Amino acid sequence: MSVVLRGGRIIDAEGERTLDVEIGDDGRIAAVGTGLTGDLDLDASGCVVSPGFVDLHSHLREPGQEEAETIETGARGGSLGGYTALVAMPNTDPTTDCVAVVEQVRALGRRSTCEIVPTAAMTVGRAGTDMAPMGELVDAGVGIFTDDGTGLQDPRLMRRLMEYSTGLTRRLGRPVMLAQHCEVSALSAGGYMHEGEWSSLLGIPGQPAEAEELMVMRDIALVRLTGAHLHFQHLSTASSVAMVRGAKAAGLPVTAEATTHHFTLTDAACASYDPVFKVHPPLRTDADVAAIRAGLADGTIDAVATDHAPHAPHTKERSFDEAPPGMLGLETAFALTLDESGLDLPEVLAVLSWRPAAIAGIADRHGASVVPGSPANLCVVDPDETWTVSGAAMASRSSNTPYEGRTLRGRVRHTIRAGEPVVVDGEARR
Amino acid sequence: MVTTKPTNGHLLGIDGMSRSDLEELLELTDTFAEVGRRPIPKVPALRGRTVATVFFENSTRTRMSFDTAARRLSADTIAFAAGGSSLSKGESLRDTVEVVSSYGADAMVIRHPMAGTAHRVAGWTDAAVINAGDGCHEHPTQALLDCYTLRERRGALDGMRIAIVGDVRHSRVARSNVLAFTALGAEVVLVAPATLLPPAVEGWPVTVAHELDPLLAGLDAVYLLRMQQERITEGLIPSIREYAADFGLSAERAARLPDDALILHPGPTNPGVEISAVAAAYHRSVILDQVVHGVSVRMAVLFLLLGSGRSPASTGGSPTDEEGGRP
Repeated sequence: MSVVLRGGRIIDAEGERTLDVEIGDDGRIAAVGTGLTGDLDLDASGCVVSPGFVDLHSHLREPGQEEAETIETGARGGSLGGYTALVAMPNTDPTTDCVAVVEQVRALGRRSTCEIVPTAAMTVGRAGTDMAPMGELVDAGVGIFTDDGTGLQDPRLMRRLMEYSTGLTRRLGRPVMLAQHCEVSALSAGGYMHEGEWSSLLGIPGQPAEAEELMVMRDIALVRLTGAHLHFQHLSTASSVAMVRGAKAAGLPVTAEATTHHFTLTDAACASYDPVFKVHPPLRTDADVAAIRAGLADGTIDAVATDHAPHAPHTKERSFDEAPPGMLGLETAFALTLDESGLDLPEVLAVLSWRPAAIAGIADRHGASVVPGSPANLCVVDPDETWTVSGAAMASRSSNTPYEGRTLRGRVRHTIRAGEPVVVDGEARR
Repeated sequence: MVTTKPTNGHLLGIDGMSRSDLEELLELTDTFAEVGRRPIPKVPALRGRTVATVFFENSTRTRMSFDTAARRLSADTIAFAAGGSSLSKGESLRDTVEVVSSYGADAMVIRHPMAGTAHRVAGWTDAAVINAGDGCHEHPTQALLDCYTLRERRGALDGMRIAIVGDVRHSRVARSNVLAFTALGAEVVLVAPATLLPPAVEGWPVTVAHELDPLLAGLDAVYLLRMQQERITEGLIPSIREYAADFGLSAERAARLPDDALILHPGPTNPGVEISAVAAAYHRSVILDQVVHGVSVRMAVLFLLLGSGRSPASTGGSPTDEEGGRP
């Protein structure tokens, strides 16, 4: 079955033009031109056709916490958000720290509506003590290692992991990437929100910004020592952004992401005491939000990620300390980035699509320019449509969105994954 | 300061209460203090109503005080107490609240080790929620009884200079009292080692000091907070001995206070730590008054929230009529 996206404005890494896109039944773009026809015509007039989005940071909860999310439901939410690839975090149960679990995630991913890119833990069980079998995992195609959820505390082990990873470049065919959740737990332990004026008023114990910043500083020094490629996950503070900016200026092989919530919400939201606003790293101050936006604007931050973290409703109906941290993100990311990042539309698409695709090592099939022969991983977005966020209406098994009831501008109309229209007119097809 | 939540129908904190709200409660307290002095200190004001104490943290005094207040108003009382977290039983906080609600509680007096819990509970129940201490956040009835105690001795708080001394960082009592004392016109100075102050107090209507001695002669009241042994293992102070030496109200320091200065403590005291036994027993110490007034204040709060918000004069007879008086 061939599909034609008709009358849309194409925006990709090469620029902008208004042309029809024909997708062949081989899952690749067959033609880009005018007056194209196919078995299925999807209206893209008034919309933008973009390479599909790539999330560097999704918690899909499978295996282990299927009550909160599955790969199927997470991928469906991703498709509704314009994503064609999701990088799955390894804090599953059991931990994704061996080939068997990687293969399970990948097999479940193949039946879903996104490409699921498994990552693996850097250390066994994410315990921060023993190295995961990185060579074996690289041979199984894993290119990203992270203990996300916690930072790797031991500086000596972090150094060794970095050194070891540099020796695996040939086996993977590109540099292995370590992704760090920067948090010195000795400073953050017992804290449930950003430490500052609001935590002082609210009486919620806080985590200082320095808990993140000390690890950013340490890891930049270790990258200088080892030459390893390090990706900074969910940067949240002004000083973190400044340090990464400096590291990039010095030519170090570092990349960085920021989440939508860290440039749209502040710690003031915790005044509701609703743990839907509890997240790690925590929501910070207005000044930090401004710094994240500035980091996106000047390229210090390469990509917008979601840190999509579903939690079953009853787990958020606890006191602020006992509720788990995390919030949904896949279905709101495009609109929030368009509305609030300060980036113009082509840059919004860049930080959601081709830049993260390159970081994830999947640029051959995601984020590719919309030209004949490219794999048809595309989304069609309407930058002007407004809609109201409802957690209950989301595809996720959970509903912990911090944007409940908010009206956003910018909506995904169609998503094409490997040639298959998985979202049509804003509805998931499977 | 900021308003974190409306107090309509609940008493969640001093935050959000105006001077006139506070004064109304203190005046109502006078009425119930009088009841407490009667030979039979019991009135039928809340007959048929149920007050539930829901405590997720150990407490003897506060629970007994609320219990006594409720019984003096002829309310029925039920109690839920869980030592540790609800999490350990796998039950969500909301489940617990719904179970207690279903026993017909008209008021829920809640204490929890985490800030904000009373605010959350208020969204899950039709009962009036009274915050009896939420983590390091607020303890509004303690602040009310402290204000009542000061007001009783000094007529008004206006212009008083009050030092709150000790572990302000972890103290819900200090947070509520800063708000209440300043709303009623007092000047507050927080006195503590830097590690025991909240991380950011710049926006608070207080001054901060790290030494007690230079302040003593200018104080109208000194409010001592309880010091806990855990603060040493947490690396916040070197030792209890050093804390007591620098911040404890010894008999010698008490003697350097002005003659009419008052000494307050939320209890239970650690004799020899934040206050010496001699200072606690000093004639200017009003620590036992605080305990007595606690019951009166809590009667006033329960009456205000459960007596349909009507003033005592308009409840079809007075709520303070004795048992067997007019219905």
